Amino acid sequence: MAKKDLIGGALWEQYSNKVSQRMDNPTYRGEITNEEARQLGAKLVVADWGAESCGDAVRLYWAVDPETHVIKKAAFKSFGCGTAIASSDMMAELCLGKTVDEAVKITNIDVERALRDSKDIPAVPPQKMHCSVMAYDVIKKAASLYKGVEMSSLEQRDVVCECARVTLGTIKDVIKINNLKTVEEVTQYTKAGAFCKSCIQPGGHEPRKIYLIDILRDTRLEMERESIQKRSESGSFKDLGLIQKLKTIERTLEKNIKPMLLADGGSLEVSDIQEEGGRVKVYIQYMGVCATCPSAKTGTLFAIEQELRKKIDPSLDVVIM
Amino acid sequence: MDRIYLDNNATTLVDPKVKDAMEPFFCQRYGNPNSLHGFGTETHPYMSMAIDRLYAGINADEKDDIIINSCATEGNNTVIKGVYFDLIKEGKKKHIITTQIEHPCVRESCEFVKKLGADVTFLPVNQDGVVAPAALKEAIRPDETALVSIMWANNETGLMMPIKELAETAKAAGVLFHTDAVQAIGKIPVDVSACPVDFLTFSAHKFHGPKGAGGLYIRNGLKITPLLHGGEQMGGRRAGTINVAFMVGMGIAMELAVNGLAYEDKEVRRLRDKLEDAIVGMSDTLVIGKRELRTPNTILVSVRGVEGEALIWDLNKQGIAASTGSACASESLESNPTFVAMSMDKELAHTGIRLSLSRFTTEAEIDHTIKAFKKSVERLRGISSTYSGPVGKP
Repeated sequence: MAKKDLIGGALWEQYSNKVSQRMDNPTYRGEITNEEARQLGAKLVVADWGAESCGDAVRLYWAVDPETHVIKKAAFKSFGCGTAIASSDMMAELCLGKTVDEAVKITNIDVERALRDSKDIPAVPPQKMHCSVMAYDVIKKAASLYKGVEMSSLEQRDVVCECARVTLGTIKDVIKINNLKTVEEVTQYTKAGAFCKSCIQPGGHEPRKIYLIDILRDTRLEMERESIQKRSESGSFKDLGLIQKLKTIERTLEKNIKPMLLADGGSLEVSDIQEEGGRVKVYIQYMGVCATCPSAKTGTLFAIEQELRKKIDPSLDVVIM
Repeated sequence: MDRIYLDNNATTLVDPKVKDAMEPFFCQRYGNPNSLHGFGTETHPYMSMAIDRLYAGINADEKDDIIINSCATEGNNTVIKGVYFDLIKEGKKKHIITTQIEHPCVRESCEFVKKLGADVTFLPVNQDGVVAPAALKEAIRPDETALVSIMWANNETGLMMPIKELAETAKAAGVLFHTDAVQAIGKIPVDVSACPVDFLTFSAHKFHGPKGAGGLYIRNGLKITPLLHGGEQMGGRRAGTINVAFMVGMGIAMELAVNGLAYEDKEVRRLRDKLEDAIVGMSDTLVIGKRELRTPNTILVSVRGVEGEALIWDLNKQGIAASTGSACASESLESNPTFVAMSMDKELAHTGIRLSLSRFTTEAEIDHTIKAFKKSVERLRGISSTYSGPVGKP
């Protein structure tokens, strides 16, 4: 809540001009007949997605060159709100001139981006994002029909939300691509959970095999793991979280410092690390003979610090507790 | 034709006579009615007249109260929370009965007191979309039920509840009865002397009065904890400086609305029926609710193959204001609770369009709307992937 949220009913005001224009006059509305496809020397593909009872349904027509697999003509029909019609129209346009394999890579984000008037302002409010997700699904469906393969080979087929026919693959992709953090956002983006709500969590209208809260939690964990791995692989110490920083420091100490101290009958452990103004302070506690050794506060300390700065990052400072 | 307003269940234009009546209270007679000087006291006769008009409008008795407040949302909150404080929190009763089709201000107030410990039953509607007195009778728990709250007419469908029978059912069981009459005043006769309600609420802006003015009728001085504490206005029952201009305006609006009931029943109904007949005459459209059970101004129609938000978008481009209960048009993507309660086809939750007329709606406007409506439906069905021509009705 803030000043901008005080006046309601602003749904339509958040549509871009492009959304508005394509709703009023969609360029690619209509259908492609067998006859037309034949004249183009193309194979006709007709894919349906959604249903009237879900609030959104779209039918995508492609005329595909059987040699090059290039989509020579695209058209759509849609039962849906203004943004669904505008998204379908943009989706059909984005398919044009691409090969089927290229078209499969078009996401709901591409459709939404293409509908923006300026690159920083979303074309539609968040709760309307689901309309472009449907455009993403129908392309997959069309491609699977063209290639004569199961849709599952192009995406996960497990349907999580029966009402809106949203699949596990779509939900996971949408969470990852848009960095979604709440079930409410997942519902806004995918429409999963917007109707009977059974798929949100156990205890709803009817039991499900898999629920949005579990998918969100697992997908976030997966994203976390991927990002940790990516960061540690990229080797940038600054981008690591505190625990990863600590682990990196401890690994270096174990490998490069402790054997040296141990040879003299001493040791150390890290009590804490703290980040301050771009520096990372490593608080250590000496043990064994190091605790009383006079050089532990001078030469040894200097050596430890130099080693950590060299092996890990120059921003490290070592402090004795 | 510039613009046509067919969303009168949402709000109405302020009748110019109401506006004129309010005018002097902004810059001339602007005194605080609680002041002892001339600026204050000169407002009193006008307030008295407004009160007389409101009492006459719903046929209230001198022993009854009509608390002037800001809107029906405030009145409904006052009743539900007041009953909670007086009877439920005190441990005398613990149960409230309402319905699944109430306006959010009743539904959410009930959900709120439910969180505080009240038991709340949300009654379903029957196949006609109305609450059956027998269902109410069955839900009442003689020693536990504190309040029954049922709307007089539904905002989405215009369906009228059998309020007299429902109120009598509650009364026979010794339970307080409240009705949200927001969609009834000015559309159908509302007479509290012939219908034993204990509380009744209304908003001026639904009957050509100003927004921000409403009334709470309380039978026979029944005590109820106020929502707003402060000054001694309204006999200590609703604190806050009285908005004299709006109160005067609401009084006139009530008088005009009640005087216009015959016109509403005849002319508004005729125009509504004309529009409805034209829409029903198109293939694959379905009007919800029996005509004789609806207020004379409302049509809720489902147009097969056309999504609701898309249709009101298109109508808006043609200068016609309508509304939709489509999930797509709501901030939360949630289906309208009235639609869900009426267990209508899933399709309907996405295709329902409401057209609501007023006494200011003209025949020319309806003729124009019929043409524009057909044009929009043709265009959108042309785009629709789920509609490929008349399929006939099963």
